[in-house]
Amino acid sequence: MARFAAGEQVIVRRGNPPGHLRTPWYIRGKHGVVERLCGEFRNPEELAYGRSGEPKRMLYRVRFEQKHVWPDYAGPAGDTIDIELYEHWLDAAR
Amino acid sequence: MGGLPAGPVVPAEHDYQLWEKRVDALMVLCSSKRMFTVDELRKGIEALPPDAYDRMSYYERWITSICNALIHRGIISIEEVRGKLADIEQRPPETAGEKG
Amino acid sequence: MPHDEVHEHHHDHPHVHGGADHHPHRPDADDTLTYCRRLEIAVRELLIEKGHLTADEIRGAVERMDARGPHLGARVVAKAWTDPAFKVRLLADGTAACQEAGITFDQSTRLIVVENTPDTHNMVVCTLCSCYPRMVLGIPPDWYKSRAYRSRAVREPRAVLREFGTELPDDMAVRVHDSTADMRYLVLPMRPAGTEGWSEERLAALVTRDAMIGVTQAKAPDSVT
Repeated sequence: MARFAAGEQVIVRRGNPPGHLRTPWYIRGKHGVVERLCGEFRNPEELAYGRSGEPKRMLYRVRFEQKHVWPDYAGPAGDTIDIELYEHWLDAAR
Repeated sequence: MGGLPAGPVVPAEHDYQLWEKRVDALMVLCSSKRMFTVDELRKGIEALPPDAYDRMSYYERWITSICNALIHRGIISIEEVRGKLADIEQRPPETAGEKG
Repeated sequence: MPHDEVHEHHHDHPHVHGGADHHPHRPDADDTLTYCRRLEIAVRELLIEKGHLTADEIRGAVERMDARGPHLGARVVAKAWTDPAFKVRLLADGTAACQEAGITFDQSTRLIVVENTPDTHNMVVCTLCSCYPRMVLGIPPDWYKSRAYRSRAVREPRAVLREFGTELPDDMAVRVHDSTADMRYLVLPMRPAGTEGWSEERLAALVTRDAMIGVTQAKAPDSVT
């Protein structure tokens, strides 16, 4: 059961928990819009320690505005970046 | 490393050598046989010394991590790897095992 | 198994260096057995001796790798250019459409195909490692795995595109895809003007690997004979 739907505003959790992480540092704390749901996958943060990675986690593709991600971004306002993020890294925006 | 400063993208490429393809094959086969997960290999590469990225090539980092993961999982032992490496050093280069 | 490449994002130290991203590789003729090449032999022989793998399995995996390359992606792109119904299926479910076109997926990763239009240009990177649509493009080139590409493609994509000779107008949005998890991305380039009536085979010759990564556009029709 997915917590977010396509089109919903989300914010990526901040922080640097221990372990093996698949959330790029540059996107933490940024807000974006869910572009699509990718399905459920085993959690790589658990797989990295040789565990099962279960329960599976919902994976989302989230679209961010480049001007928001990089305050000094040199391109036009319409440029975006899409990133795959697991549900436990996302919160609802506001 | 997304977003960090870096120099121009040099459009370098090379034809992969047989040993590099075999490292790739080991990763694909061992992970599909559940000897380790690719995430374990990634974690192993993160644990390499900080200069490893510049000092080692892609498949050099990869075989190092594969070997470590197999040892960690108890599939091969450190002693076995040492013994095998010593044995390979004694072989004439042309029959050392790369052609095999 | 969700991923098929390895990453090194631990070494995120700021580090400016011009052009040192690619590793010097010895020419094929040089048989110098470096430590890591000996390690490959050692690990392979131990796994075979202990019954975990066979030499045939390794040979088979190398052959499958050699059989995959950008010609597969080019075939899919050319089919999408000539068959509108296939294009709809490809954009809706890249994995299923590629399987329909005879491409095999031996990993659990899935393919998302993103379409270039007059308004949007797509470009693919993996900042955490070197995730790449191997099922349709084969093994990635060195530059795709380089520190420079992985660092800069997300932050200054237009500058990187210019280095590949791709100059885009400001009213065309650049959409970067950082493949951080289980999806792989293939760019469907725009079909070049002046190719009306071309066969799929002829069109496929215009579709380069770099155009399917999204750092260039498809070749112009007059560039091929």
